Amino acid sequence: MHKSGQTMNGSEIFFECLRREKVDYIFGYPGGALLKVYETLYDVKDIKHILVRHEQGATHMAEGYARATGKPGVVLVTSGPGATNTVTGISNAYMDSSPMVVFTGQVPSTLIGNDAFQEADIVGITRPITKHNFLVKDVKDMALTIRKAFYLATQGRPGPVLVDLPKDVLNSECVFNWPENVEIRGFKPTIKGHENQIRKAAKIIARAKRPLLYIGGGVVAAEAAEELGKLATSQDIPVTMTLQGLGAFPGGSPLNMGMLGMHGTYWANQAINDCDVLIAVGARFDDRVTGKVDTFATHAFKIHNDIDPTNIDKNVKVDLPVVGDSKHFLRTLLESLPKAREDRSPWLRQIETWREQCPLGYSIDEKSLKTEFVIDEVSKQTAGNAVVTTDVGQHQMWTAQYYKFEKPRSIITSGGLGTMGYGLPAAIGAAFGVQDRPVVLFCGDGGFMMNVQELVTAVHYKLPVKIFLINNNFLGMVRQWQELFHQEKYSFTDLQNSNPDFIRVAEAFGCKAMRAANPAEAKQAIDEALAYNEGPVFVEFQVVKKDMVFPMVPAGASISEMLLDRLNPKTMV
Amino acid sequence: MKHTISVLVENKFGTLNRVAAMFSARGFNLESISIGETEDKEISRMTIVTRGDDMIISQILKQLNRLIDTIKVNDLTHKPHIARELLLMTLKLDKSQQREIFELINVFKGKVVDIKQKSITIEVIGSPDKINTAIDLFRPFGIKEIARSGTVALNRGEG
Repeated sequence: MHKSGQTMNGSEIFFECLRREKVDYIFGYPGGALLKVYETLYDVKDIKHILVRHEQGATHMAEGYARATGKPGVVLVTSGPGATNTVTGISNAYMDSSPMVVFTGQVPSTLIGNDAFQEADIVGITRPITKHNFLVKDVKDMALTIRKAFYLATQGRPGPVLVDLPKDVLNSECVFNWPENVEIRGFKPTIKGHENQIRKAAKIIARAKRPLLYIGGGVVAAEAAEELGKLATSQDIPVTMTLQGLGAFPGGSPLNMGMLGMHGTYWANQAINDCDVLIAVGARFDDRVTGKVDTFATHAFKIHNDIDPTNIDKNVKVDLPVVGDSKHFLRTLLESLPKAREDRSPWLRQIETWREQCPLGYSIDEKSLKTEFVIDEVSKQTAGNAVVTTDVGQHQMWTAQYYKFEKPRSIITSGGLGTMGYGLPAAIGAAFGVQDRPVVLFCGDGGFMMNVQELVTAVHYKLPVKIFLINNNFLGMVRQWQELFHQEKYSFTDLQNSNPDFIRVAEAFGCKAMRAANPAEAKQAIDEALAYNEGPVFVEFQVVKKDMVFPMVPAGASISEMLLDRLNPKTMV
Repeated sequence: MKHTISVLVENKFGTLNRVAAMFSARGFNLESISIGETEDKEISRMTIVTRGDDMIISQILKQLNRLIDTIKVNDLTHKPHIARELLLMTLKLDKSQQREIFELINVFKGKVVDIKQKSITIEVIGSPDKINTAIDLFRPFGIKEIARSGTVALNRGEG
């Protein structure tokens, strides 16, 4: 490590700052504007640079890494097209509140605004999809800006921050000074929730006959799973989670009700409608959760804890807001709970009845394969202990329904933006961060093709990622909506005749590949894949086409109005 | 209803863009926005006039607060405050109406800032209501061009 007070060039300062921020991986791709940085990187030994094959892949990898470890993911790309290729990944991290710092090269500052070769106004382009962004105009500002970028990305509600670095700034020299403390006047997140409000919440919870915890990704980000577990079990409060909240509460617990909302469980959605106190923690009442807002939890006194004040009363009006860190909220709540409380056994029995009325389930036959079976089997074989990434679509919802997540930081999925092509790079990023747990990817045939090039990255770095391709030769979720709501007009969703031979694709990238088309083959392939740790392993599961994700709340309907199965058996394509 | 919000922001490039983009991205109404340096060169004051029900206004205030460049947000609407707007207006100058025009300028405590054979440019400073009234009353003389500054506002001093 270099000392403050030394003269260095911009590129050396860049790496020195990353060192001080304890960065161990950079996901990047070189280019003209960054030549000086890559020249310096050549001799950097303590920070590992991962060469991706597309800048979008770099951003998803950084996010996968961030979500698996809790540390910010770092991206380094060149100017212009390199920078614009990060837009989807940045937007994804913004929607799902993942900490990320993206460094983009920029043309020399004298050329900015001149439509120079490989120039794009990336600060302007990413303004609405970053927590904040910076253009460094002077090498003297670089260390402070990088310090601020990491601070902003990780403090309060996490999010992506972009730092644009012009070529001449990276080349010029100045005396390096590391700012230990950073002060940003306009950024003072409330960490400690209002104690009187929390005490009030504790009293209301103690008197609740039918309380319900509604948990979002904020609990995972705040590392508050332990506090949540204590609250739920000591108070007999059932827990339902959003897609991003899964894993915050153990899947095997009888109090775990699984996911709520559009593809949530029947019993979770019934409970939302019937609960008398709803405790929302680190969740934002997303439209995929609430369905029709006017009919959401109408009988409940609503308590809402979130670190971001804009989430309060944004979608649903709440009765008792507590702005602050979820860990602090839950801990203080636990300390404030009175000894005496209502008996919740009738409530838990009621939930059990709903669970029995409409359980999650699927049929098995020897000859054909269902996605639910594959996910269920992986869940069993990994004992809910894998880090699971997904793409977007049917398999994503089935993963949420059938994988029994036991720990936080176990599901890494594009929730807010719904980015196809997210899963493979996210799995690669997660595999760099987590070595002691299996990393499993469930993806569809549509999404896999969107970032298929990153297979090379997985192969090159010998990452033991389990790539489970669920192939129904269709854009399954779109097909589902086409069947249910668009007169079975399967417009451009059938990939049967245009999908490649996936096994040959995987093998061409140097990946071990297997295929399974029935439950027996699937079981064996999963077994073999989980045992293989020499590098990535690819399994194509050829599943039935016509399968649909149920239960389902149609868009705009109340979450009590669930479709439990196909309304009319229809002719399948 | 109409709200006048005063916002202190970091005086940096792109700040106005961030604020304006937040309004457009979230579909909030933005009636006027004005910005200028304060006594501290690193800080600018922005005055925003917007409309919305209580829920929307509370979201606007929170979303403004959330921007990193925002230092302080103050909704002046229900507090004692001073709001002013500057109007520059060029009118057709007809000799026969000259006296009436000058009388009206006096009523509004306006100023003549430019005068030619066939046109006269005046400035009027006042509350947005006063500016609207002025425009209405000058209209019959024939308005050629108008420029309005948008509202600037400050809360009233204490004591």
